[in-house]
Amino acid sequence: MSLSPPEKTAEQERSLLNVEVAGESAVATGSTEVVYELRGVDVHYGQALAVGGINMRIHKNVITAIIGPSGCGKSTMLRTLNRMNDAIPGFRLSGEVLYHDRSIYERNIDPVEVRRRIGMVFQRPNPFPKSIYENIAWAPRILGLRADLEERVENALRGAALWDEVKDRLKQSALGLSGGQQQRLCIARALAIEPDVLLLDEPCSALDPIATASVEELMHELRRDYTQVIVTHNMQQAARVADRTAFFSLNVENGSRSGVLVEYDTTKTIFTSPGDQRTADYIAGRFG
Amino acid sequence: MSTATGSSTTLLGAEDRNLRRRRLTDRLMRLSATAAAGLAVAVLAIVVGSVLIKGASALSIPFLTQNPAVGLGAVGGGIANAIVGSALIVAVGTAMALPLGILIALYLTEFATPRTAPPIRLVLDLLNGTPTIVIGVFIFGLLVVSHSQTGFAASIALAIIMLPLMARTTQEMLLLVPGDLRNAAHALGVRRWRMILGIVLPSALGGILTGAILAIARAFGETAPLLLCDSVFGNTTTLNIFGTAIPNIPIDIYRYSESGFPSDHARAWGAALVLIALILVGNLSARAMLARQRRKLAGR
Repeated sequence: MSLSPPEKTAEQERSLLNVEVAGESAVATGSTEVVYELRGVDVHYGQALAVGGINMRIHKNVITAIIGPSGCGKSTMLRTLNRMNDAIPGFRLSGEVLYHDRSIYERNIDPVEVRRRIGMVFQRPNPFPKSIYENIAWAPRILGLRADLEERVENALRGAALWDEVKDRLKQSALGLSGGQQQRLCIARALAIEPDVLLLDEPCSALDPIATASVEELMHELRRDYTQVIVTHNMQQAARVADRTAFFSLNVENGSRSGVLVEYDTTKTIFTSPGDQRTADYIAGRFG
Repeated sequence: MSTATGSSTTLLGAEDRNLRRRRLTDRLMRLSATAAAGLAVAVLAIVVGSVLIKGASALSIPFLTQNPAVGLGAVGGGIANAIVGSALIVAVGTAMALPLGILIALYLTEFATPRTAPPIRLVLDLLNGTPTIVIGVFIFGLLVVSHSQTGFAASIALAIIMLPLMARTTQEMLLLVPGDLRNAAHALGVRRWRMILGIVLPSALGGILTGAILAIARAFGETAPLLLCDSVFGNTTTLNIFGTAIPNIPIDIYRYSESGFPSDHARAWGAALVLIALILVGNLSARAMLARQRRKLAGR
């Protein structure tokens, strides 16, 4: 990455898939500050090991993608980062999840406070059955961010590149928006409470290509202010948006299947010269 | 397949007795099911129709706005006191049953474990199936014996009757609220009770009101507990719900129809018409509200 200017790299580099790989620039220029550090994380549902032995670091202002075949624990991994798994019966985590050097699974940590700092966007757009304005304003109002609420709503909508489309109909129901607009509204809703990290769980899987492009473009813009982690089953998407990519796969042992982190590197490396044969096979479409 | 259209020849060209028999059975079944459905409509139509025909003559503005005429066999006057009284005891009953019903439903959907929820649902269903006269006797023994009949005793009995209806319909409506919405609120770092108050309940509000209206409509017509708890009121006009029995429509219908005077019979039909109209309006508006709720949650 030090050989050529970043912009050129992005244009010239072609992955095995023959799609453009997101610039190395973010990794090069982005901070190396660690937001998350996972140490030997195992997740069990009941007796079954869902994901095991995960060690990884997630850096500030970097887009990290988690890819892999279905059932490999991508979403489980993502939901571990903001304790959204807590509500699932039988969920058990061992190992350490450090967020800014603090373990978020310690007994004295309030999961509600964790979620307050870490925004999340889901697979299907899930706006509240309220007006566009209320969708954004609801959480800040409850969380005590009442000052300049209108400005906050506007900023969130601008941040999600939705303001110009909805500024004249803020009082109308959010359910009247298109799927892509709804998803950007959900991103705006997450931004309105000024999170530190944005987790995106296959945010484009229910969207058409045009809406997908708008969300991906938005992710690029948000990189300046937020640390983002995206789960995607779409390798091209990972290649387009992510600076770093983690490839998860399934480990079959004695008939039980569990997710493992196979390889975690810059997106360029993962897509052009993966170190593990399984990664190469998956990228080349030989399984998954 | 041409056999389905009722031609009497089979594909093979020969008459098949077995086939004919089966076709006949099929037609018979369809006919009897249709007839049964028609009968249900007919019964309702006859009841509503006869009440309408016989009650319409008694119905007038004074009938709705005036108190009963005093004196045996007197003509004129109205049932205003009973309309107001019925509304009052049902309102007080609703004020007790609705919050409690919603809380029970919230417990069932949001807090109960897979082990605690089914028995509570079963209890509610049993309570729903309890004969209302039994509930009436219970309240009679509890509040009326050694005291006196009061409108409030009737309100409590009606509240017990409404409670399972409200709890169960509210619960069904809360289950309709998509888990996605709960997740969204959850991920925003909002406390559970805030999520319930801010997202779950408003999303289900139309449905909850629908259940409430259906229960209220049922309570309006409930007679058995009123006979025991709230029936000795003569021609009084009172709102003193804690002190005395207060007039209500079901007991008026009963009283007037038992009387020997033709003018009272006309009043009974008129009161029946008022009652049935109230219940019909309640049911229809509940249906409209439910349809709106479904549309809202479906996203359009």
